[in-house]
Amino acid sequence: MRSFQQRLTDFNTRAVRVVAISVDAPEVTRQHCQKLGFTYTFLSDPNAEVIRRYDLLHQGGGPKGADIARPAEFLIDSTGTIRWINLTDSVTVRARPEQVLKAFDDLKPAAPSGA
Amino acid sequence: MKRRWNFSLWAGFLLVVLGLVSYVTFFVRFPITRDFPWANLLLFFTGAVLLGKGLIRSFRQPELYRGKILGSILAAVSLAGIGFFSYGLFYLVRQLPSSAAAPRLGQKAPDFTLSDQNGKPVTLAELLASPSAGTAGARANGVLLIFYRGYW
Repeated sequence: MRSFQQRLTDFNTRAVRVVAISVDAPEVTRQHCQKLGFTYTFLSDPNAEVIRRYDLLHQGGGPKGADIARPAEFLIDSTGTIRWINLTDSVTVRARPEQVLKAFDDLKPAAPSGA
Repeated sequence: MKRRWNFSLWAGFLLVVLGLVSYVTFFVRFPITRDFPWANLLLFFTGAVLLGKGLIRSFRQPELYRGKILGSILAAVSLAGIGFFSYGLFYLVRQLPSSAAAPRLGQKAPDFTLSDQNGKPVTLAELLASPSAGTAGARANGVLLIFYRGYW
């Protein structure tokens, strides 16, 4: 999360919105964002409805057996189509901003402007 | 005759303890040391070498060095700690659902409405319609969705 904040200008220059989603309540997230200086969008899915819709529910993965999201990243193009996915197999290994920026730059020529 | 203090036993044990606590408190911040805990493994390895050296000393030259009993305890605690660390970092963190039914490449991303950190409802369509937080106007070239476990 921190690394994406550090590279946020690179996403902004490409007009790619960075959006984080978890089961945390908006108040909790707002406090964390203020404390850590995160300025991108954080969405709250307290009942894990969207997390379930994306089949990313980690049942009992949170504290006291809470259902949470497994880490995952999706890059969606301007037409709403998924163009790049990262489903890690380890909690500690997450997508790095450089990977996503490269994935975006690599798919640009394939996305016709008239789409 | 007063026996010598077995320095390497304590140094080794301290390095192992440092290896145990430094992952969560420090090394997790940097992708290079988070993705694979090589810095911690290095601390464990150095600690184990020193502990081994200290133990050999105390058993081979008990008249010179202290630490037969205490050294054995420190070594056992260190081993247990390294075992616990390895179980967590090489097994527990990999127990993730397979997400076989997750949206695939080339599919439309399922739309949603969720509250942002200010409590304002946001849809995926709206995210695609504005290139960065707080700016309207030109459409975004893309949206990166990062699902994360939460800060609890």
